[in-house]
Amino acid sequence: MQKMKLVVVGNGMAGMRVVEELLKIAPDIYDITVFGDEPYPNYNRIMLSPVLANEQTIDDIILNSRAWYTENNITLHTSARINKIDRKHRVVTAEDGTTAEYDRLLIATGSKPFMLPITGANLDGVLGYRDIKDTNAMIATAKKYQHAIVIGGGLLGLEAANGLKIQGMEVTVVHKNEWLLEKQLDKTAGKMLQKNLEAKGLKFLLKTNTQEIIGKKRVEKVKFTDGLEVSADLVVMAVGIRPNFALAESAGIYCNRGIVVNDTMQTYDPRIYAVGECVAHRGISYGLVAPLFEMAKVCATHLANFGIGLYKGSVTSTKLKVTGIDLFSAGDFGNADDGREEIVLHDAVGGVYKKLVIKDDKIIGSVLYGDTADGAWYFKMLRDGKPIHEIRDHLMFGQDSLGNTGHQGQDKAAAMTNEMEVCGCNGVCKGTIVKAIQDQGLFSIDDVKKQTKAGSSCGSCVGLVEQILASTLGGGYAPPSTSKVVCGCTEKNHEEVRAEVRTHKYLNIPDAMKGMGWRTPNGCATCRPALNYYLLSTWPHEAVDDPQSRFINERVHANIQKDGTYSVIPRMYGGVTSPDQLRKIADVADKYAVPMVKVTGGQRIDLLGVKKEDLVDMWKDLDMPSGYAYAKGIRTVKTCVGSEFCRFGTQNSTQMGIDIEKAFDHMWAPHKVKFAVSGCPRNCAESGIKDVGIIGVDSGWEIYVGGNGGIKTEVAQFLCKVKTSDEVLEYSGAFIQIYREEARYLDRTVHWIERVGLEYVKQRVLADAEGRKAAYERLLYALQGAVNPWAERVEKREQHKEFETITV
Amino acid sequence: MSNWVKVASFEDIPKLGARVVRTKDIEIGVFRTEDDRIFAINNTCPHKGGPLSQGIVYGDKVACPLHSWKISLVDGKAEEPDVGETACFNTKIEDGFVYLELKA
Repeated sequence: MQKMKLVVVGNGMAGMRVVEELLKIAPDIYDITVFGDEPYPNYNRIMLSPVLANEQTIDDIILNSRAWYTENNITLHTSARINKIDRKHRVVTAEDGTTAEYDRLLIATGSKPFMLPITGANLDGVLGYRDIKDTNAMIATAKKYQHAIVIGGGLLGLEAANGLKIQGMEVTVVHKNEWLLEKQLDKTAGKMLQKNLEAKGLKFLLKTNTQEIIGKKRVEKVKFTDGLEVSADLVVMAVGIRPNFALAESAGIYCNRGIVVNDTMQTYDPRIYAVGECVAHRGISYGLVAPLFEMAKVCATHLANFGIGLYKGSVTSTKLKVTGIDLFSAGDFGNADDGREEIVLHDAVGGVYKKLVIKDDKIIGSVLYGDTADGAWYFKMLRDGKPIHEIRDHLMFGQDSLGNTGHQGQDKAAAMTNEMEVCGCNGVCKGTIVKAIQDQGLFSIDDVKKQTKAGSSCGSCVGLVEQILASTLGGGYAPPSTSKVVCGCTEKNHEEVRAEVRTHKYLNIPDAMKGMGWRTPNGCATCRPALNYYLLSTWPHEAVDDPQSRFINERVHANIQKDGTYSVIPRMYGGVTSPDQLRKIADVADKYAVPMVKVTGGQRIDLLGVKKEDLVDMWKDLDMPSGYAYAKGIRTVKTCVGSEFCRFGTQNSTQMGIDIEKAFDHMWAPHKVKFAVSGCPRNCAESGIKDVGIIGVDSGWEIYVGGNGGIKTEVAQFLCKVKTSDEVLEYSGAFIQIYREEARYLDRTVHWIERVGLEYVKQRVLADAEGRKAAYERLLYALQGAVNPWAERVEKREQHKEFETITV
Repeated sequence: MSNWVKVASFEDIPKLGARVVRTKDIEIGVFRTEDDRIFAINNTCPHKGGPLSQGIVYGDKVACPLHSWKISLVDGKAEEPDVGETACFNTKIEDGFVYLELKA
């Protein structure tokens, strides 16, 4: 079949991001031709400031080398500016006469620096700051001349000024407002920034407008409206950018201060798409890289004919890329009194200023100066509109929820040296991550995880990795929204998938994938287990369990070990065993020469190093139920001795534990679920770090939820106090059932509660008595008739041939 | 010299699953994709030696059960950015039986 022709006008970050996304999801449907008016392949424009500041070189910031275009069969024309689009014949023509036909056209012509329309703006030595050419011109000028004036005290202007200073020039920044970065900072932070930059040697003229640039051939001086004249050899205009849409407009495509696109990034000509700084989407043009990438992703899915994904606009945040200056800003922080509240921390001597603007229980703006470690965290809450009243008291003190194990207790990436280990699982140092981000042009946590492995195992260091990404990229970083796409096989997030499974009543994986438009024929190792769980938890007794979509541990009901052997852990309800059970376990351990017998953290006995082909025989000889120690589901109920023997015990915790473990046996869940029951507040069963922790007191039982003793120790939060053991079952069962029905696959209870809030959980479990009873009933219904999987496999051996090895 | 060995009936290899074939020297994973193609690769992940036959099969790939490296069933290569490769074996289906070509 003849491939369609895709022509891309604009070889910058937005256009090439679309091509990269397209190659990922539909590599074979287009012959791709790219035109760029610069002589370089695609480079990272946001890193031009570090180049000017001698921190990186042009080679460092190339994102796609020429070899990349060749490898992907992309025809690249550099130094080729397109000056005509013939929409009738679907041909574009470059200034040098090169033509290309298209079936689909992508316009990504970016923006142009806005040049003030004043006398002298066309003199030699007057520049904008946009591309490699401008950067090189500034570096060259700095070698020959002394005095620079930067017009504009915004992000770009300050980065240019800082770079020119480092290149050895005397730099004056002229700004028309009262303080710098007035779009990003309030007055206090703006003044702090000015002080720091003055200490670096920059000079400022604030509340000053430029009238005229004076010179014969080259600029000689600049005259301001107040009459002041300052001599200058170089003038950089950084007063803003304007979408570059002249080409599109000349072709008759509807433009209004930008190329007008709909939510699919399509222009008024359905064959033509546009992305990046050249577009006006819902009336807004963006000048930061993060929104461009969001647009690119959406655009690629439409070019790939998937027809899914909508771009709905972006909330942006900014950082200034000037080494040694830490500032972060997002959202709306201006002064107005329509119900806004401010939380401010200001340490003038320490150079730290933080302001959070709150309205209707949500963060709507944030300005951080001097300490920006929590910028990404605040921004995430801002974007997601998360209610903050539960954490308001310590909001200002930052996110202390970063992991504390495996990276020396560090929770501030900025304080770490390059040699310090960030990811303790995979042995990745900070320097390795920074280098990968810079050299390979990474922009997202997922990219960093994939390329460096940091954060890809236990995940405890992801917060640190995110900080490193944010500080390395500056304004290029957009933290992911908490709405999470399941995997690359679909555009849908977990909540959307769950909702569709329910409304369309999908009962098996093929139907669900087909109905929801999965891109891959049978998913991947990420989405299949999630989907299988969603089907089973939504439609118990009706949905078809697919063993091939379960991780090996759940498929064979044993835990795989590093050498490919398995471990066998029988159920011992409540951690209580008997001489008879112990004899059986000892006999089996002898008979199968089990290399290690160990007591687990959950009070069970683990037989380690078992060969797969021995599993079924062992289960037969053991004649005990499976302990589900391998399951995303109920693991163990840990108990203390309790009132039967303990001189302090107030309640029979052992029996309560046995009752819970029996009631919820065989339960699958989004992730593992651990219970504990202690008989008194001394809490010997460690109820404070369990998904559900129960503590007996003289007058009844206290129920705590959302604890976790793992990667990051999370203390369980008090849910309620009940009187009877029946109530313990009902309340904890209802809690677990709502978690089973609403959490994302692989969320522990703590992650789910973190997202929905404890208030929500209390509302569902405590305030709504009917709802609680109904949820508990649904759990009992789901567990009805569940069988011990080990016995089932012993009985139906011939149906489980996968346990047998074929010998030839 | 080719050495075709009959290993199992086609139906004994589960769809989107695998069986382990043990020769005197090595273990081979024999995989069946959803569209009923049969592939055979060394049952050892190039990363840390995980038993690939126990992984989740999707498309023409398998995710190693130990650390989720994605290995192509077609050429035994690890999916980027991981780098590594495991040996592949030719397979054929005749009269409902799966044959493996072992090195003579």
